[in-house]
Amino acid sequence: MMARRKSQKGSDETEARREALRRRDMRVKEQERQARRIRPLVTPEGAALNLRVATASERAGAFLLDFSILVITVIAFSWLIAIAFSEMGFRGWQIAGSIAAVVVFLLRVFYFTFFEIGRKAATPGKRALGLRVAARNGGRLTANAVLARNFMRELEVFLPLTLLVMGSEDAIGAWIRLIALVWAGTFVLFPLFNSEKLRVGDLIAGTMVIHAPRVKLKKDITSAEPLATASQHNFTQAELDIYGIHELHVLEDVLRQSTPEIKAKVADRIRNKIGREAPQTPDDLAFLEAYYAALRARLEQRMLFGDRKTDKFDTR
Amino acid sequence: MNDRVMKSYRFREEREADWQALDRIVTRAEKRGVKRLSDEDMLALPRLYRQAVSSLSMARSISLDQNLLAYLETLCARAYFFVYGTRASMGARIAQYFRRDWPDAVSRAILPTLLAALCLFGGGLLAFILTMQDPEWFWTFHSGWDSRNPDAGYDYLRSTLYTEETNIADMLGAFAAQLFSHNSTIAITAFALGFCLGIPTTILLIYNGLSIGSFMAVFFSKGLGAELTGWLFIHGVTELFAIILAGAAGFMIGGAVAFPGKKTRIQSLRDTGNQAALVIMGAVIMLFMAALLEGFGRQLINSDMTRYIIALVTLVFWLAYFYWPRRKDEGA
Repeated sequence: MMARRKSQKGSDETEARREALRRRDMRVKEQERQARRIRPLVTPEGAALNLRVATASERAGAFLLDFSILVITVIAFSWLIAIAFSEMGFRGWQIAGSIAAVVVFLLRVFYFTFFEIGRKAATPGKRALGLRVAARNGGRLTANAVLARNFMRELEVFLPLTLLVMGSEDAIGAWIRLIALVWAGTFVLFPLFNSEKLRVGDLIAGTMVIHAPRVKLKKDITSAEPLATASQHNFTQAELDIYGIHELHVLEDVLRQSTPEIKAKVADRIRNKIGREAPQTPDDLAFLEAYYAALRARLEQRMLFGDRKTDKFDTR
Repeated sequence: MNDRVMKSYRFREEREADWQALDRIVTRAEKRGVKRLSDEDMLALPRLYRQAVSSLSMARSISLDQNLLAYLETLCARAYFFVYGTRASMGARIAQYFRRDWPDAVSRAILPTLLAALCLFGGGLLAFILTMQDPEWFWTFHSGWDSRNPDAGYDYLRSTLYTEETNIADMLGAFAAQLFSHNSTIAITAFALGFCLGIPTTILLIYNGLSIGSFMAVFFSKGLGAELTGWLFIHGVTELFAIILAGAAGFMIGGAVAFPGKKTRIQSLRDTGNQAALVIMGAVIMLFMAALLEGFGRQLINSDMTRYIIALVTLVFWLAYFYWPRRKDEGA
């Protein structure tokens, strides 16, 4: 009876360990995938900036935002113009329609170009998702490049749209349209098939879209006034060598942005792992901050000696 | 263990104020432009930038604070784009475009331009001759909805060329319609499809030429040739020129893909693409002008003579603007 329970427990443990290893594999793969997005750019000072190529979904999202803005602007404009001219009867409507058409034309040609030539090199949609346009060779983003990449948008977006909406007038027109539609379809899907997620426009203009959201510098966790109880926590080297950099980063996220309940749970997990008793008075936050500081100090010290402990499985 | 002795913490403590100063300057520049920066900011910028960049490479090797690293990465990227970004104001850039870039780009693309003109006019001539010989050819190139076809009578055809009463609504309508007309679509598509070795561009140009040629043949066969020419070319010079230039831009790109020479294809595409963009931008401006001429000019001016004069003047103007040799001044 006893032995069976023991073996049961043992298989549970191996099961849990296998699960943990599987998750680790997935994480490593994801990290590799993310690392492939990075395009190092060496500045003239000789420092490398790690620019991240925007994913296809980010770009599609930005485009949908911009497109919605365009459509809303057009509707708002037409509405205002219609009100302004509605007193003139039929003639007024005719004028309103024409002016609205001119507005559509100007927006369609100049909306993207205007914003991308601007200081932030991004349309409102791109800005909202933290994207910006950059020259692929790391040089200046020229106005020509912005023009080129946005005129190609005509091919990649408006042409397929027009082709879908329009019927065919005659046989030759229908054939041309069919050929064009096939080509256009190729171009719409083009960004999915290259590592830098380039549109045809990017290819021609020599640009790429990178993901560079603004990040706020938060307070260093170790700099927060040490809580009165924090100094009571002294960790031995063995207790600190259990975890690696990945766990440190997870702990950083927990400390920066999670609820007290999660913090309590994490504190319990760590106490369990390093074999400490939970204290009578709960002091999870102080415990976690103290452990974070100690762990980071330990890992940074090891890193200085060229020894990066990537995660808890990394035992050398 | 004392937290305060951590290297990465001291590292941050010493430099944080400078990073934030840089952040402030870059944010202000992004929001309100370089001109709003004070002299002190401009002086401090290079130092702060270099310091942030070196902080970044240092932080990578000593700090494990994710937030700090992410902050420095983006701060340096933003500062980099600002420091090495373009400085010219929008106004200066537009002026330079009209003064130098546009005519330069067009005159350098003389061969593709001739090729595009050949496609367009060749198609036009072919259809013109065919339709003159046998009006049935018209139906090969056009569908039935246009009432200006070989079955229409002299009086009706003549009436389409002149406008009796004009009002602003009609003119605006014609102007707007022109912007979205077949021709402007063809122009932009001819550029955009140039990518595919220029083959679709060729087809589009010839097709457009065919449709114009057969259309003209209808009027010529009824003895309305001279009147039609005035009606067509008052804006047609500008419009057809724009289509040709758009086609030329398409051929430039097609040529860059097909014959990259010693460069890689991507490199050649990039270099040519930037030039072609200048040409196509100009073509869009020309299409806009053509729409103005068609919407307003053609409706207001009903005299053949004046129409011819305007057509000629625009032709001379464009040719002189693009191809007149000019002094190469300061390169930049």
